[in-house]
Amino acid sequence: MRHGNQNPCTVRTLPKEDDVSHSTDYAIETEGITKHFGDLVAVDHIDLNARAGTVLGVLGPNGAGKTTMVRMLATLSQPTAGTGRVGGYDIVRNAPEVRSLIGLTGQFAGIDELLTGEENLRFIGRLLGMPTRDAKARSRELLAQFNLADAADKPAKAYSGGMRRRLDLAASLVGRPKILFLDEPTTGLDPRARGELWGLVRGLVADGTTVLLTTQYLEEADQLAHEIAVIDHGRVIATGTPTQLKAKIGGQTLRIQPEDHGQLDALRDLVAERFPDLDPMVEAGAITIGVNDDGVMPTLAADLRDRGIALTEFHLGLSSLDEVFLTLTGRRTEEETADDENEEEAK
Amino acid sequence: MTAATIEAPAPSLGRPGLGATVSQTLSMAWRQMVRIKHNPFELVDLSLSPIMFLLLFVYVFGGQMAGSTSDYLQYVLGGLIAQNAIFLTMYTGTGINADLRKGVYDRFRSLPIARSAPLAGKIFADMFKQVWSVVIMVGLGLLMGFELRSVGYALLATLVLVVFALAISWISVLMGVVADSEEKVQIYAFVIIMPLTFTSSAFVDINTMPGFMQAWAKVNPVTHLADAMRGLLSYGPIGEPLMWTFVWAVVIFAVTAPLAMRAYRRKMV
Repeated sequence: MRHGNQNPCTVRTLPKEDDVSHSTDYAIETEGITKHFGDLVAVDHIDLNARAGTVLGVLGPNGAGKTTMVRMLATLSQPTAGTGRVGGYDIVRNAPEVRSLIGLTGQFAGIDELLTGEENLRFIGRLLGMPTRDAKARSRELLAQFNLADAADKPAKAYSGGMRRRLDLAASLVGRPKILFLDEPTTGLDPRARGELWGLVRGLVADGTTVLLTTQYLEEADQLAHEIAVIDHGRVIATGTPTQLKAKIGGQTLRIQPEDHGQLDALRDLVAERFPDLDPMVEAGAITIGVNDDGVMPTLAADLRDRGIALTEFHLGLSSLDEVFLTLTGRRTEEETADDENEEEAK
Repeated sequence: MTAATIEAPAPSLGRPGLGATVSQTLSMAWRQMVRIKHNPFELVDLSLSPIMFLLLFVYVFGGQMAGSTSDYLQYVLGGLIAQNAIFLTMYTGTGINADLRKGVYDRFRSLPIARSAPLAGKIFADMFKQVWSVVIMVGLGLLMGFELRSVGYALLATLVLVVFALAISWISVLMGVVADSEEKVQIYAFVIIMPLTFTSSAFVDINTMPGFMQAWAKVNPVTHLADAMRGLLSYGPIGEPLMWTFVWAVVIFAVTAPLAMRAYRRKMV
């Protein structure tokens, strides 16, 4: 998909490269965008496209270049090479125009902890040139929408983690941006707060907002994104819809733990016999199998019942990012941590 | 959700004009004032040091310095106000440094607002602290028996102080942008401000200094500011120190403001 216009057979009438603005279906597009911090290549020739009104998920471990990517697209940082367009505007030459179209919610809360939630939002409204009355009304409206009305007049430092993220997201929406950048919006949140934030993002997309979401959670990308780009070491290593990706990497993991530890071998033999293609892993008293066929679970359940193997766990879950990476790169994600620190240093 | 939604102004594409820049700077200053409203202890905090300096200098050094504490109060109040104003500008830099590291500026930079607005707004708001400190120090001075030259001159003195502080705040902004921690901003500031204020006419008659020190003290901007404050509040010449104060203010602003803005832009790599 992303190399489509490099194919000489494809006939497309895209406006010329050097037009200030052009209309395409894409709200966000990058071509060979690259960012170096000294010797470190944080983003390495990435091509991304996000169709207007959709969610593009950028999935990757710490230090993969996700934040650097977002900072370039949000005009906080300039690419070393390559180009990017947001809303048809070049992110370097037309940075002021880009800024008037976007909202940004970063990993670090861009809110003032001493100010109340209402004051934080009103402040952004005033900055954007709204008359005081409108800025007040808009902040009340957002606080209600984000379930923060009760805490509107409390200082933000008294907010819980989830409330802070919601306030931060609200702050990025004061000017009704058409394109929203969410940089790891739910990292560090508990599952309930995460679910609430997902609901809010879905609402925004339903209203026509284009979202670029970076995340470390496969589940989050699966829940929200129409398209996912998996990135690692600053490069795109896989793209596709969540379904395509799951098919490619065996998106789900079946975990079976027998009640009697001694039956672990028997269990593994059974799985190997039934599904010779699958490669069961034995660890911590349980067997895990990567599966992408919905039929595996009921078949095994029937077999296990027939053989009288009692279980303490029989659980089908989405593969973790770690498993995705293991499949795609043959490495586990922990190795990335050192690079992440380098990237911070370089900034 | 609500029947009547509030429309954001149609985003004006392109760089903000002068009117918008001024309005954005005022919004930034508003944020700083609301911070003081929520944390009024900040004002107590920044009042303590001028109060202590004034009491200690007058009642400890006064007799030795000028023969009587009342004569020394009449001499030193202007100097202490000048010194305090320069120290206060340090907090502009530490505040900007903290905001930069917390990611607040990332949000600002993603908004369609003037690049200079966050910095200028912070400087502008900090002028409230300057005026507050002058009120505290002149108020305490009056309680201690200070004789004010005239109220009109005192207001002029405050204005002059604010203008000078506006200009030299950019030194602090530059340090705040460049330094990687608030503590470093403080260390840099102390290393510069302490010697600068003591090698001036703020606390002593510079004619008592050795020749090389006199030569420096005569051109030291703090001398001119302290003399101007003393002239306007208490006694002595006004015109010449005032002129040199403005010259220094313009020179310092012209050099440091562009450097600070350049460092700020570079911060955005």
